[in-house]
Amino acid sequence: MSNEKIQAGLEKYNASVEKTVARFPERGNLPEQRLYTPLDVKGVDEYVEQIGYPGMYPFTRGVQPTMYRGRFWTMRMYAGFSTAKESNARYRQLIASGATGLSCAFDLPTQIGYDSDDPISEGEVGKVGVAIDSLADMETLFDQIDLGKVSTSMTINAPASVLLAMYIAVAEKQGVPASELKGTIQNDILKEYAARGTYIFPPRPSMRLITNIFEYCSQNVPKWNTISISGYHIREAGSTASQEIAFTIADGIAYCEAAIKAGLKIDDFAGRLSFFWNAHNNVLEEVAKFRASRRVWAKVMKERFHAEKPKSMMLRVHTQTAGSMLTAQQYNNNIVRVALQTAAAVMGGTQSLHTNSRDEALALPTTESVTIALRTQQIVAYESGLADVIDPLAGSYYVEAMTDRIEKEAWEYINKIDEIGGAVAAIEKGYIQKEIHDSAYAWQKDVESGARVIVGVNKFQMEEEPPKGLLKIDASVGVAQCERLHAMKAQRDNAAVEKALADLKAACEDENENLMPHILNAVRTYATLGEICGVMRQVFGEYEAHVSL
Amino acid sequence: MAMDIVEELLKGNVLALSRAITAIENEYDNASEIMAKLYPHTGHAFVLGITGPPGAGKSTLTDKLAKAYRAQGKTVGIIAIDPTSPFTGGAILGDRIRMNSLTLDDGVFIRSMGTRGSLGGLSHKTADAVKAMDAFGKDVIFVETVGVGQSEVDIVKAADTTMVVLIPGMGDDIQAIKAGILEIGDVFTINKADHEGADKLVREMNMMLDLNGMMMDWRPPIQKVIANQGEGIKETIENVTNHFKHIEANGVLAERRTKRTRNEILDVLNTSIGKHITKNLVATGDLDKYVEQIKNHETDPYTVVASVMKKMLK
Amino acid sequence: MDKPIRVLVAKPGLDGHDRGAKVVAHALRDAGFEVIYTGLRQTPEQIAKAALQEDVNVIAMSILSGAHPHLFPKVVNLVRAQGQEDVLIIGGGVIPDSDIPALKEAGIAEVFTPGTDTSDIVKFINENVK
Repeated sequence: MSNEKIQAGLEKYNASVEKTVARFPERGNLPEQRLYTPLDVKGVDEYVEQIGYPGMYPFTRGVQPTMYRGRFWTMRMYAGFSTAKESNARYRQLIASGATGLSCAFDLPTQIGYDSDDPISEGEVGKVGVAIDSLADMETLFDQIDLGKVSTSMTINAPASVLLAMYIAVAEKQGVPASELKGTIQNDILKEYAARGTYIFPPRPSMRLITNIFEYCSQNVPKWNTISISGYHIREAGSTASQEIAFTIADGIAYCEAAIKAGLKIDDFAGRLSFFWNAHNNVLEEVAKFRASRRVWAKVMKERFHAEKPKSMMLRVHTQTAGSMLTAQQYNNNIVRVALQTAAAVMGGTQSLHTNSRDEALALPTTESVTIALRTQQIVAYESGLADVIDPLAGSYYVEAMTDRIEKEAWEYINKIDEIGGAVAAIEKGYIQKEIHDSAYAWQKDVESGARVIVGVNKFQMEEEPPKGLLKIDASVGVAQCERLHAMKAQRDNAAVEKALADLKAACEDENENLMPHILNAVRTYATLGEICGVMRQVFGEYEAHVSL
Repeated sequence: MAMDIVEELLKGNVLALSRAITAIENEYDNASEIMAKLYPHTGHAFVLGITGPPGAGKSTLTDKLAKAYRAQGKTVGIIAIDPTSPFTGGAILGDRIRMNSLTLDDGVFIRSMGTRGSLGGLSHKTADAVKAMDAFGKDVIFVETVGVGQSEVDIVKAADTTMVVLIPGMGDDIQAIKAGILEIGDVFTINKADHEGADKLVREMNMMLDLNGMMMDWRPPIQKVIANQGEGIKETIENVTNHFKHIEANGVLAERRTKRTRNEILDVLNTSIGKHITKNLVATGDLDKYVEQIKNHETDPYTVVASVMKKMLK
Repeated sequence: MDKPIRVLVAKPGLDGHDRGAKVVAHALRDAGFEVIYTGLRQTPEQIAKAALQEDVNVIAMSILSGAHPHLFPKVVNLVRAQGQEDVLIIGGGVIPDSDIPALKEAGIAEVFTPGTDTSDIVKFINENVK
């Protein structure tokens, strides 16, 4: 059919509806266009170049050739709270109910490199994740879990090298060689500066720690994903879909440049880079975002970094449903939201997925809520048909047009960030933070004006009883954790700890030294996370945030 | 008010200092009385004005300089001024965030102020806030303002030494502010000196200062600094100290302070007279009467003012 | 000219989720308040000291980590102890309903949970500030 014919039909259609269809007055956030046609998408000529086939450049349709026809995504549930012992029980229960990967949440003192008995940790121990002070806690955390079999994702950034070292040390004790370990550390410091806030050191030493991990793992822990370049938190902080992938890919570019500067070859580490996306409420936009992100990254790797291995060009992604979209009001509605977000992630072609629990806007999830969240994934996988064919929304005029739009917007941001001098400079200038905040504020204004409806929040509200049976971490967890820490310190060989820490300090001062072996040595002596990070704080200093509103 | 602000402030009560500054900022009725009582206790502090364009890193620099002065055993007061939105009257006062590590130091007092749209009044209020800190016993007082416009020029009049902070890569902006900069800067600091264009900026500034023949007595030094890494801070303090010693020795400091006192009298006088007359005009209903007459073309504003002055200032 | 209400917006504790705090700061600015924003990881002592030096009318705190039962009351106690009896102290974040009575008992004037309109916060401050 010719474009002229389609155009003529479209005009006729438009003329007929102008008179009869009025916009919903209260919906201020609709796409400009109400209907998409073949005129909005690329022609058949561009199909192979721009859309192509799964497992082939530019990977728009997915990174694996058979996608979920081969196997489902990894159903990976993020969990961890209170003490290592309690989290260990939750992990074992998750594995028993069919989860195929673990995802560790650490408490904030752990994420910021403080021990549980540090004064700054007061009130925070065990709250948002598990408290890990030393190898002893890590041994408890993975007790009776075979690290040779399970794949473990750890949400840890500034002190990622220390937690990875602890994991390797636990595996050693289980008799599992490092070369067999599978999993991911988040290790993405740039988005901590931009959106998530659990940074410790300034950018330069932080980038060094990251490239040290790249290098160490490429030689010793080859199956480990050394970084999960995360848009999730950028989106949670309020960005748009395009900003989420643009800022994250800009961060990815910065990591590649740092690694190359440190002497690594792109094809030696790029295959171990992974990404982390948010599955937000707008199902179709999210699917388009996943597709666009794969295309942009493939082009970045091929055209900018001249990668040669196809694996280097694949954007492999873990996804989590949007925590910020859960409502405290009528919280059971969140089950539906999470189901739709799951549908988006699956149709978007994610490699692994965490689904949030309905009660997370109120507190840490209960066991029952976590089970519903996992069942949601299983229902989508086995019952919905969404995983039956690869990239099922390809060819939708709307989704293809939106994929193109998001790609275009992402390139505009990436180019702008290049002009500023790269992601590190853009963060130091506050550019990325400002863009995210402006989007967050616009969203809030839309919700308050009613232009954006959130069911149960600004429309369809009702009186309700406060939910019962929420999980609470009481203060005794912190007290008990400190006691265990002090008991452990009394037992260990303190001379060995001091020697290992002194050696680590010397290594920190020598920019050419890879810190990973030194951290691993320190960890083996049961030096604590706070002690190890304390040494690094002494040498590297701390990042000071410069927020502008 | 329950406590005697002046007495408590002079005893070292931080809340009293804080409330005194609020009284000044908000033009409370007791502000003049407070200032009158504090005045005899002022004149000891060294006042350093810091100004420069947005994003120049003034707050970070202030933070580092304050720490350096603290290391010398001196107490520090900081007044950080940010613009008030002309549309809403609100303001985000965000300078403190770069000085968080000073918060728990009892030898440092930081106060954020919004410009509140009253530019003339602001310089007056800033000067009074400086005096309150001075009377409290602060040795060094920073006045940090954004931009290099007229309002900032006014504000730095409260300073003994004025530092202008610039950064490389400001493009054409520098052209626009060059003239103003030359006049108010006693010392220049090029922050973010590790960024591209720092040396070029130093050359440009040097050239401009050399061409400016008026400053024969004191050639403002230019110091490259990387504030967030603490580089160049020591040298910057030396520059400031040298300038202060210089103006102390050659009489310029005394001259500046005399001029400041003169301006203060005039400022207070103008404000008081203005307030007094306005209050009277409103209270008697004369203002409305005049407005009506002007509207009916029976008279004009100039004639009205002349007759009011004659009546009230005899 | 009316004297603007001064508000200290602070994030006590270690969580880095400042979306809410920044959005509220922005909204309060737009409502004509002077907002002093102190950023992440502020200890109760830092918050109290900043409130003292800035002579604020209101302290607005946000926590998403669950550390509120420990940190909010600590700030109230420090602020009252330094003689700022009148300062209105409010809190927000992920806070279960069941924790709210204890926080109010401890001196938190109001607790704003997710889904709150910023205009409600503005209204509350205007009606309750002393």
